[in-house]
Amino acid sequence: MKPFAYVKPADVEAALHAAATEPGAKFLGGGTNLVDLMREGIEQPQTVVDVTGLPFDTVEDLPDGGLRIGALVRNSALAADPRVRDRYPVLSQALLSGASGQLRNMATVGGNLLQRTRCLYFYDTTSACNKREPGSGCDALDGFNRSCAILGVSDSCIATHPSDMCVALAALDAVVEVRGTGGTRRVPVTDLHRLPGDTPEIETDLAPGELITAVELPPAPADSRYRKVRDRASYAFALVSVAAALEVSDGTVTLARLALGGIAPKPWRAREAERLLTGGPADEAAFRRAAEAELAAASVRDGNAFKTSLATATIVATLRELSQEGAVR
Amino acid sequence: MSIKYAEAEPATTDATKYVGRAVDRIDGPAKTTGEARFAAEYSYPDLAYAALVHATIPRGRITAIDTAAARAVRGVIDVLTHESTPAMKPPPKPSVLDLSSMVAGTSVNYLGTDEVHWNGQPIAVVVAETPETARYAASLVRPAYQELPAATDFEAEKHHAVPQKSSLISEASANKGDAPAALAAAPYAVDLTFSTPPQSHNAIEPHASTAVWDGDRLTLHEGTQNIPWTRRHLALRFGVPEKGIRILSPYVGGGFGGKGSVWAGTLLAVLAARVTGRAVRLALTRESVYHTVGGRTASTQRVALGAEADGRLTALIHTSVSRTGRTGGSGEQITAGSRHLYAAPNIHLQQNVVQLDLLANTFMRAPGESIGTFAMESAVDELAWKLGMDPIELRMRNEPERDPLGGQEFSGRRLREAYALGAERFGWHARDPRAGAMRDGKWLVGMGVATAYHPSLQMMASVTVRLEAAGTLVVRCGLHEMGMGTATVQAQIAADEMGVPLEQVRVEYGDSDLPPGPQAGGSMQTATAAAGVLAACAKLKRTLTGLARRAPGSPLRGTRPADVQARDGGLYAGGRGLTYKELLSAAGRDHVEAEVKGSTLAFMAKFLRERRKWVKAATGAHFCEVRVDPDTMEVRVSRWLGVFDAGTIINARTAASQLRGGIVMGLGMALSEHTLIDPRNGRVVNPSLSEYHLPVHADVPHIDVEWLNEPDPNMPLGLRGIGEVGITGVAAAVANAVRHATGKRVADLPITLDKLL
Repeated sequence: MKPFAYVKPADVEAALHAAATEPGAKFLGGGTNLVDLMREGIEQPQTVVDVTGLPFDTVEDLPDGGLRIGALVRNSALAADPRVRDRYPVLSQALLSGASGQLRNMATVGGNLLQRTRCLYFYDTTSACNKREPGSGCDALDGFNRSCAILGVSDSCIATHPSDMCVALAALDAVVEVRGTGGTRRVPVTDLHRLPGDTPEIETDLAPGELITAVELPPAPADSRYRKVRDRASYAFALVSVAAALEVSDGTVTLARLALGGIAPKPWRAREAERLLTGGPADEAAFRRAAEAELAAASVRDGNAFKTSLATATIVATLRELSQEGAVR
Repeated sequence: MSIKYAEAEPATTDATKYVGRAVDRIDGPAKTTGEARFAAEYSYPDLAYAALVHATIPRGRITAIDTAAARAVRGVIDVLTHESTPAMKPPPKPSVLDLSSMVAGTSVNYLGTDEVHWNGQPIAVVVAETPETARYAASLVRPAYQELPAATDFEAEKHHAVPQKSSLISEASANKGDAPAALAAAPYAVDLTFSTPPQSHNAIEPHASTAVWDGDRLTLHEGTQNIPWTRRHLALRFGVPEKGIRILSPYVGGGFGGKGSVWAGTLLAVLAARVTGRAVRLALTRESVYHTVGGRTASTQRVALGAEADGRLTALIHTSVSRTGRTGGSGEQITAGSRHLYAAPNIHLQQNVVQLDLLANTFMRAPGESIGTFAMESAVDELAWKLGMDPIELRMRNEPERDPLGGQEFSGRRLREAYALGAERFGWHARDPRAGAMRDGKWLVGMGVATAYHPSLQMMASVTVRLEAAGTLVVRCGLHEMGMGTATVQAQIAADEMGVPLEQVRVEYGDSDLPPGPQAGGSMQTATAAAGVLAACAKLKRTLTGLARRAPGSPLRGTRPADVQARDGGLYAGGRGLTYKELLSAAGRDHVEAEVKGSTLAFMAKFLRERRKWVKAATGAHFCEVRVDPDTMEVRVSRWLGVFDAGTIINARTAASQLRGGIVMGLGMALSEHTLIDPRNGRVVNPSLSEYHLPVHADVPHIDVEWLNEPDPNMPLGLRGIGEVGITGVAAAVANAVRHATGKRVADLPITLDKLL
């Protein structure tokens, strides 16, 4: 690991100041991703600004019935929060499907939002990767791309966003609170991450030195769930994941929220599918039509062509289970 | 909270014996308390740390290597390259005259050449005051290369494979009758192509070496499965006397074959210590293990079976292609099981091999047999579908009475009993034979079987047993304890032979100063060491009996030696006798010792003699139940039973763990393990526990293991090695269960969901 300076500011102003003035600064949360990337030589910050001492580690009720989640709340704590478990099961399930118990105990909400891709060629520093080394090319295009994205990709990058939590947040219309030296702003989580285009190295809309301080959830939809499909039962990234919420009245879908993981460079809000679902019948054929419409734009490679049908099947299965649960109620 | 496993029944009901009991591992407390120290946990006052620099091209020459930036890092002691370092002596050519010549993982003379033979080959070593400094500085070494064309794509190169050469131990081909003609004429036939991917070693302890030179004397803390050959190899490579080298390997954190050869890390730790004059520790990163320690070959296989309508096989064809590295490895015995499993009148077996510009392949739990049984046992299952016959019934109709090729007797073979017992315990009769017919809620349920097979071999060991005046029995043999209970089972055997309490037996092992033990490989160590312990104990008893018959005042004076028994901590004839303590005291001795020496010639002679008479093997019947999600086709193994005919079971607890461990490793092979070697440049691109998918706890159901516990008439104590038989057949049992659940035959490992969608 390349040597670096380490500072642990006492308050948010000091943290923002450090990030703005120290060259090559990176914020450190739980360290589960950043430290890993530093060990691999992929991230080489000159200064690490440890923000874990800042007071952003609580979950609070909002007056509208939503929740405000501090950026430093640990994944395990958030998954176990009774309000999250009760009102936002999709979020709790997503968190618990990620990584391992040890990692979730360390990982923070803010850090998880900024988790970087697990593309094999991003991690192998001898390979060409436009995200790691802009302009070097993309060895994934014709390499092992079984885990790579099929929506929102470009010729320069087909890497996926690996987070489970973010997929749930996308389905829940979460809003990210960001602070910089210029003040505070709020960004819908679906706008936080960028598609790669020609600049896959730019992954979010955050300006240098901006710090995520909280995530706010609007009031919860009726029932929601997270379904993650992967190569082993635990400790594997999603091949496909689905975060869904569904409200059905008299056999008609009155609300549909759908986000996909494992298939795009960002947590993928499936707005086309939602549009088709809403107001339509809550049946298998309608679910399939919606899923297929969302995936119509898929751009696949040799290794990941199966993801189109897998994503379709997983969306249909998840909506089916949600609609059946609703019927039981 | 306590986790209770239903342990198999104790293998013996003789309460006076330790053999067969579920005795706790004697190394257990040291490991659970952290007292046990592994090779990377020995400290020295001047200890320095090494890190490897890996080549990033598959083949070529290093034209320049810039170490300035690395050397400039504070705390760097030296950067070793082929330009700066005196070369080791080249590795010896493999020869049966000196079996230790087989121990070199590759033929590359690391840092003694500018040649690069695979992507990941070590090309420099950084030695520094801290491991972090060494690793960081290693990342700053800048080589320049002249690249040469390289063959790294197994799929593209497999067509260039040539027939594999047979060895003394393993034949690469066989022909009986006219298998192609019989296949063409068979009323029922299957002809399938299988493929299996490369797999990498992932022992919980990554390879590590701590090397300390004192003049020409070397102390090496090393996790190894082969102390004596490693010692001899190091003596040759460094031009020092073998007796001046001491290898200490009391604990090995998992081997599985990956620590059975001498790999770059060991050599370079010793070299770095030699060059820098410091004690040097080289603990490989997980990534470095993938780049420097061989793994399992990829394979492509054809199995064709012809049968009559009643299921009797008329033709059996099994051919394979595996790969080696151009600088090491050997063809694997992929068709070895197919020589012995089924009574077919026409058999054709042929192993082929192709050389690639990749890291050498190496032993990995049941090399050859594990992937070979996947293909054969999948094909037999497919034939059962074709015939509309129960797959157990099909196997039983083809169970041979004698070896199908050589006609030898089996040295005990009870596959029929294993299947019968397994079918009853597993509830096989409840299986609906139709594909996709069994459900549990939304899940598709499938049940499959497959046969496990691994030869029972035995090598040579030197063993000393010593009875001390205090009554302690010391067994000394340079055995390898990789977590399987090596010392424990030999203590049990010695305790029984000498009639002393287990607590009074001390087994000394894992040290090159001890009489040389067998390598821990080929499922041979326990049987080999047992033979040595039995012989040494018999010798010791003779000596003690002689003393007892002569010692003044001994109650055994005048008894016939044949009437003297070792029991209850002494020697007794009828009601008369004396304790060992009393005997040594009466004889005026502070200890009595007996020694047996292993001999390569005697071993080879015995092996060749016995091979003509018997086929010895551990066998078993695997029963697997899977659940498959009908939407996503995720496969989850829900139940497992393995019933083994593995001779006498020495320790019911450690044996169960060995067999379960083999099955767990087989589940990884079946469902998820795959080393991704980029065909464009030979680079391993998933060298981590995150992206190389070993089974996690949630992937492993409760695994029941049973054994028949019938002694093998021609093995010491009737025991057969069980380190590898557990993994054989596992991938086929999974594939067969998936076939039953889904109707789909996956012939390409691992069985990932995309192959079922």
